[in-house]
Amino acid sequence: MAEKEVKLMKGNEVIAHAAIRYGCDGYFGYPITPQSEVMETLMELKPWETTGMVVLQAESEIASVNMLYGGAATGKRVMTSSSSPGVSLMSEGMSYLAGAELPCLIVNCQRGGPGLGTIQPSQGDYFQACKGGAHGDFHLIVLAPNSVQEMHDFVADAFDLAFKYRNPAMILADGAIGQMMEKVTLSPQRPRRTEAEIEEECKSWAIFGKTPDRPRNVVTSLELRSEEMEKINLRLQAKYKAMEENEVRYEAIECDDADYVIVAFGSSARICSATVELARNEGLKVGLLRPITLYPFPTKVIAELATRVKGFLSAELNAGQMVQDVKLAVNGAVPVEHYGRQGGSLFTPDEVLQALKDKIINRG
Amino acid sequence: MGEVELKQENIVYAKSKLMLDNVMHYCPGCSHGTVHKLIAEVIEEMGLQSKTIGISPVGCAVFAYNYIDIDWAEAAHGRACAVATAIKRLHPDKMVFTYQGDGDLSAIGTCETIHAAARGENIVAIYINNAIYGMTGGQMAPTTLLGMKTATTPYGRDPRLNGYPYKIADMLAHLDGVCYITRQSVHTPANVRKCKRAIRKAFENSLAGKGFSMVEVVSTCNSGWKMSPVQANEWLEQNMLPFYPLGDVKDI
Amino acid sequence: MKETLIIAGFGGQGVLSMGKILAYAGVMQDYEVTWMPSYGPEMRGGTANVTVILSDKRISSPIAHEYDTAIILNQQSMDKFEPLVKPGGTLIYDVNGITRHPVRKDIHVYTINATEECARMGNARLFNTMILGGYLKVCPVVSMDNVMAGLKKSLPERAWKMLPANEEAIKHGGEIIHKV
Repeated sequence: MAEKEVKLMKGNEVIAHAAIRYGCDGYFGYPITPQSEVMETLMELKPWETTGMVVLQAESEIASVNMLYGGAATGKRVMTSSSSPGVSLMSEGMSYLAGAELPCLIVNCQRGGPGLGTIQPSQGDYFQACKGGAHGDFHLIVLAPNSVQEMHDFVADAFDLAFKYRNPAMILADGAIGQMMEKVTLSPQRPRRTEAEIEEECKSWAIFGKTPDRPRNVVTSLELRSEEMEKINLRLQAKYKAMEENEVRYEAIECDDADYVIVAFGSSARICSATVELARNEGLKVGLLRPITLYPFPTKVIAELATRVKGFLSAELNAGQMVQDVKLAVNGAVPVEHYGRQGGSLFTPDEVLQALKDKIINRG
Repeated sequence: MGEVELKQENIVYAKSKLMLDNVMHYCPGCSHGTVHKLIAEVIEEMGLQSKTIGISPVGCAVFAYNYIDIDWAEAAHGRACAVATAIKRLHPDKMVFTYQGDGDLSAIGTCETIHAAARGENIVAIYINNAIYGMTGGQMAPTTLLGMKTATTPYGRDPRLNGYPYKIADMLAHLDGVCYITRQSVHTPANVRKCKRAIRKAFENSLAGKGFSMVEVVSTCNSGWKMSPVQANEWLEQNMLPFYPLGDVKDI
Repeated sequence: MKETLIIAGFGGQGVLSMGKILAYAGVMQDYEVTWMPSYGPEMRGGTANVTVILSDKRISSPIAHEYDTAIILNQQSMDKFEPLVKPGGTLIYDVNGITRHPVRKDIHVYTINATEECARMGNARLFNTMILGGYLKVCPVVSMDNVMAGLKKSLPERAWKMLPANEEAIKHGGEIIHKV
């Protein structure tokens, strides 16, 4: 067995290494700060000479996401990465990918918005990632890494989930995770699936040239007959329901005896894990609930916590987005407040603790 | 009259085996059906059914996948060349073509078209130019002629108000990644035959790895033009062809 | 062991690479490591800083609100980070370009005149390794062997011919750092 390699790498660089090592077939992307290192690293590594992975710098994010549509339509494991404004350009494509039920991976290394905004880290795209973010009723599978190691591991997880449900998956990171260096254990090189394996797995829907043994496959999201389109929607919703039943992932830190729970994801959760340490040092029973899948959201876990804690603080690098899902889960049982920084600013562990005290623990 | 049994030696014409029996949604007189037939014939004659992947557009030809018996992907509006790029890059042995209208290829998808061509992607674009948006009800296209009345140029296209029509074929011909650009029509039997030869040549270019090929087909939209099919063919000859002259623009 | 360090100065002073050498050295020493840079256009001339955390345990937050050590290389960074050094912590600064010197009495303050020393030696590119040497003299968080290994890791192969000069600079940095 190949030996595991421990490296010091940026989150963005790791995405590229993980893509190659997990047998990704194609990457299509367009440069944007703070995630450009993904494609730069791929171009440096030249995987087309080793695994045969295709890497192409497209003319825009619009082209990139439609290249994903084409690649995914042939059953290949394809991915792109971008940052917030670029992901907005992909939103039409994401709706088509979901509508045509195509598996693929989109990495969003978020920066502060709205508009051109800033290049500093933000979590302002939670709504966009988790509430569809484009036209029509659909969901992406959304994974939120909080370390460079998870940037690596989630590439495999995202592809597995995407193919399991034939649905686009997103890794929702941010500039902090993308630009940060940490130790990472790289996976051994996995082979790319062979054409025969892809055909076996995807022949009921993917396009690789019609052969006499099967009817032609058509990849489309179009159905003009409303009663038929409703059936498609119902099927998609059943799929999302199955994701909600089976794929929720979270990390609970010191929640067992907690009086108060901070809910935070991604880089915020890393910061808030230090808040928990600070609070415990002061004798405050504070826990951290970190949703790892933002869609499907850990609603049941939070609802269960709400029966035994005194309040929640949703700490996010935005004006208050995930807090809405926390409130829906808590359903009025105990107070839920939001604390955030915006526009690319980060909060520090002590600032979150102060906010928890001000907004929840010492509220009148 | 009873069934007439056809003897093999008496057959002078048959529908391509790749043309499906689905009833076409195109208006009677529309050029799309003819071009579909030519593509099906070329794929069949070249023995490429199991190698060919088609990309259908948004526009009247969105349902092209209902008529030719090959694997298809239906692309978002204008993005067919990006979709085709990825498929061809991931499957270099396949024959990948897009089928796009003037709105799709030369308005909303101009960027994707130009860059696929500039990169020299080994794909074929079949470009149906009928100077109007058919599916949405006859609005102005980038190719609408000056003075031409459409739903959004009810008093005729006025360059001061609506800008000028443009010839994307001529633009693409300048790009190094492009090997073959031709402008054809299907309004007479002779032109139909020529157009078929052009499509075949484009497909051969792609298989030979020569780069990007585009076959523009100057087409009629008699519904959108509000004419009978015969009048539309005449109008095409008198008005469209002087601005969009037929023939090869680039062939290397 | 846990060391939370901020290195802050101008873009172009080698702030980020100094942090990178230390981070690589930390990995060699089997520490957990985070290297969290400021990034973007400010790297090309404006202020730049990097937070490096070395720890023998899992590192929770890569973002800190106070630091064990601050290495300060311009005035803006002095103004911003002097107050954020933990009581009993360490502040190291190059006097060049500093108009307002640190005033805190509850921290250990060191100066290192690496700008002038590099100018004297005619090699400005040794600036950051010289500063690093000064830091390691007062905070020997990683061994010299690991620092050299980290330096090698952080440089592209074509720059390895610079390794001996940098090693000298690190050693020299340890000689020219002074407690205030």
